Amino acid sequence: MKKDLLIMGIETSCDETAVAIIKNGREVVANVVASQIESHKRFGGVVPEIASRHHVEQITIVLEEAMNQAGIRYQELDGIAVTEGPGLVGALLIGVNAAKALAFAHNLPLVPVHHIAGHIYANRLVTEMKFPLLALVVSGGHTELVYMKEHGHFEVIGETRDDAAGEAYDKVARTLNMPYPGGPHVDRLAHVGNPTIDLPRAWLEEGSYDFSFSGLKSAVINTVHNAEQRGEVIQPEDLAASFQASVIEVLVKKAERAVDEYGVKQLLLAGGVAANKGLRKALEETFGDKADVELVIPPLSLCTDNAAMIAAAGTVMFERGKRAELSLNANPGLDIEKYND
Amino acid sequence: MTILAIDTSNNALGVALFDEDRVLGEYITNMKKNHSVRIMPAIHTLLKDCDRAPADLTRIVVAKGPGSYTGVRIGVTIAKTLAWALNIPLVGVSSLEILASGVGRYFNGYISPIFDARRGQVYTGLYQYENGSITTVEQDKLVMLADWAEKLKTSIKPILFIGNDLAIHQEAIQTIMGSQAVFAAVTEHNPRPSELAILGKNQPGEDIHSFVPNYIRLAEAEAKWLEAKGQM
Ligand SMILES: [Zn+2]
Repeated sequence: MKKDLLIMGIETSCDETAVAIIKNGREVVANVVASQIESHKRFGGVVPEIASRHHVEQITIVLEEAMNQAGIRYQELDGIAVTEGPGLVGALLIGVNAAKALAFAHNLPLVPVHHIAGHIYANRLVTEMKFPLLALVVSGGHTELVYMKEHGHFEVIGETRDDAAGEAYDKVARTLNMPYPGGPHVDRLAHVGNPTIDLPRAWLEEGSYDFSFSGLKSAVINTVHNAEQRGEVIQPEDLAASFQASVIEVLVKKAERAVDEYGVKQLLLAGGVAANKGLRKALEETFGDKADVELVIPPLSLCTDNAAMIAAAGTVMFERGKRAELSLNANPGLDIEKYND
Repeated sequence: MTILAIDTSNNALGVALFDEDRVLGEYITNMKKNHSVRIMPAIHTLLKDCDRAPADLTRIVVAKGPGSYTGVRIGVTIAKTLAWALNIPLVGVSSLEILASGVGRYFNGYISPIFDARRGQVYTGLYQYENGSITTVEQDKLVMLADWAEKLKTSIKPILFIGNDLAIHQEAIQTIMGSQAVFAAVTEHNPRPSELAILGKNQPGEDIHSFVPNYIRLAEAEAKWLEAKGQM
């Protein structure tokens, strides 16, 4: 009988301190997330130094809770996977150094994980991956289309040239005087409004899979500004609905074109903005009745930053022989294509 | 008993292994290099060279600050995780006290270790040996160097200054304090991790989960937020 493979994942790239343990790459045995969002709310965004301080406060507590949830001893673990980057350097450093100390203390292999690879592999906790596949990654820091011909191989076929979609959501929320983090507020508001305001869609050059959201963001700000000057009232819900319609249309159309061109078997949604109800609905409407491509959308808890996704990606990389030395450093600008094994 | 001592609070990186009453090994560099890349390999090498395994460790002692926020956090994160994973006590010691501990033993007066904190400020404290053990005369703090020197001038005792950043401030101290100020030799300026091990040897263990660095300063955003809140 083959022994179960147990991998611990550690994630501290932004404002969540998270530890999880995954069995055989697919089964969640423990999943603990300590969010700092309440602390950062007062600043209207994540403050790096404060994020780092919270990670130090939380790290062993979260580790202990994950070990208790799993009810295992360290000797039963096969490896420690940790987010190497991208992310906030000071925040990443806490996870990386805790992982190295653990690997050293118990003589366990150390596996470095790319944060976006983690977001993509969250889908493997839902269903087995079928290659080739396409992942639409949408988060506060990333908007990209990633093509995977096999496990552990990532090719970015399109990415944002300026703001990430999540960033645009937060800025629009601020324009509409909504509290941080604004994304979910804009999403909620968009549902009660109508997309009556004409806003641009950035398709870029013919055939490009890249994205751009800064023009759209400026258009929203200008619309509010011009209305104020003319003494007119803009319905915030209509503006939110119009903004959301523009973002989603571009994301879905580009994903649809890439799915056809690359002939993929699956389209995976990944990243924090995957929690967006409007985006989920639009993807389901577009891909729901396409028999040749399977749409996979993880549950909300696996879309936002967590360590289960890091352990899931870490398991695959562990099996493919990827290892880090005790000299592993945080890599805030880690490129996913350089991460390919 | 085998104590592992870790100090990454400033440019100097230090690791020591202390066994019963013997310094088994000590590793120090004073380079502006990345602690995150070097500290775990340094710990690994020192243990291996001293024929010790992680499971042999009975206590972790760490320099808890003040110092570079990132530097202190790296040491504290590793110390917390090791102590928790190996289920052994963790002790935190002032990064300034480590400096005072070495030279102070043979000095009849006060010791003021200095870490530069930019814009004329320093992290410092005041220490003294009494009956063979070090005591704190003034808690670690962030002060303007000039104010600190003026204040120390009113003391009747000689003051020994020590630390790698002394080069920046020695002239100003000399000008204010004259011959009352004594300066440690260049060989004393790196904090000795073996002194750190001795300082933490008999102290009660900290609560590992709640143990955090002594930053002295609030994060800038936090300080501004509190100030704004106070004005409302
Ligand atoms: Zn993320």
